[in-house]
Amino acid sequence: MIPALATLLVFQLIGEALVRALAAPVPGPVVGMALLLLTLVLRPSLLGAIKPTAQTLLQHLSLLFVPAGVGVMLHLQRLGDEALAIGVALVLSTLVGLASAALTMGWLMKRVTPPSDHDQA
Amino acid sequence: MNEGLPLAGVAADRLADVWVYLSASPLLGLTVTLLVYHGAFVAYRKSGFHPLANPVALSVIVLGALLWATGTPYATYFEGAQFVHFLLGPATVALSVPLFEQLARVKRLWLPMAGALVVGTLAATVTAIGVGWALGASKATIASLAPKSVTAPVAMGIAEKIGGLPTLTAVLVVCTGILGAASARYVLDALRIKDPTVRGFALGTAAHGIGTARAFLVSEEMGAFAGLAMGLTALFSAVALPLVAGWLLNWI
Repeated sequence: MIPALATLLVFQLIGEALVRALAAPVPGPVVGMALLLLTLVLRPSLLGAIKPTAQTLLQHLSLLFVPAGVGVMLHLQRLGDEALAIGVALVLSTLVGLASAALTMGWLMKRVTPPSDHDQA
Repeated sequence: MNEGLPLAGVAADRLADVWVYLSASPLLGLTVTLLVYHGAFVAYRKSGFHPLANPVALSVIVLGALLWATGTPYATYFEGAQFVHFLLGPATVALSVPLFEQLARVKRLWLPMAGALVVGTLAATVTAIGVGWALGASKATIASLAPKSVTAPVAMGIAEKIGGLPTLTAVLVVCTGILGAASARYVLDALRIKDPTVRGFALGTAAHGIGTARAFLVSEEMGAFAGLAMGLTALFSAVALPLVAGWLLNWI
């Protein structure tokens, strides 16, 4: 578990350092994810060492959003004043994003990917 | 303070000392976060993992009520909770594991995924800005709404760039994740989308990590594609959203 956690942190650290050094607009952890993916492609034997810890973290991904969510306390005033606009914008744009992404992907899969290449049409 | 009952007064003072110590130490915020989340997760499990019983929503409501009842400022709470918050970084890196395991299918589906990602992200952003503007939200609120489908750390960075309030964005990101995770089953069923790769990818595009957590509960495969979508959305949005949202906000 410790080597796996250290690996994740090292890749995050490399990602953050690269992003700062290159003044790139992408977040450090996302670059870390890409680099670890590349490393796994080059050396698949690493997978076994990282997998259990990675799975544990991902199983509890929801928990990690709780502290940011409690930040709602800081904005009750504004949320109350603009409740209608914020509420409708949140609901509509989430539904539109979900539906448009799903429909686009489904449509492109039918048009671009040969039917034998994926499990379901 | 209580002259008639010295013992009770001493006990009350002791209790006050304990509270002063605990409320100043990160231990309490961290412990309460884990306990409340555990309770929320047990309730979620008891509901048969019903999408409407989202554990993040339950936890935020309970923790918010606790902070309000004890008069604890959010900053004090966050000193403890930041240890949980910090793990968002390593968890993002950990997404490379399910991605690697689905790599063969990722390679085959790159074009449909790229299309879904661009259309889904831009549609969500434009809708958020448009509805916020039409219903008379202030400019700072609209700018905070724009990046709300992106995972929290990235969305906060984007909000800052386009004149939003990063902490408000964090809240809206969490709300979006909860809404997406709660509604995905109904929306995708109504659209007759059955393929788990499409369901997962759409959920990750529209509802980032909370959607991904929900997808992992349904299946490892759906989770992998949701995680992939969340990572790619973060990459794409970090580059494209400041330009698109910044341009739209100029017109408002």
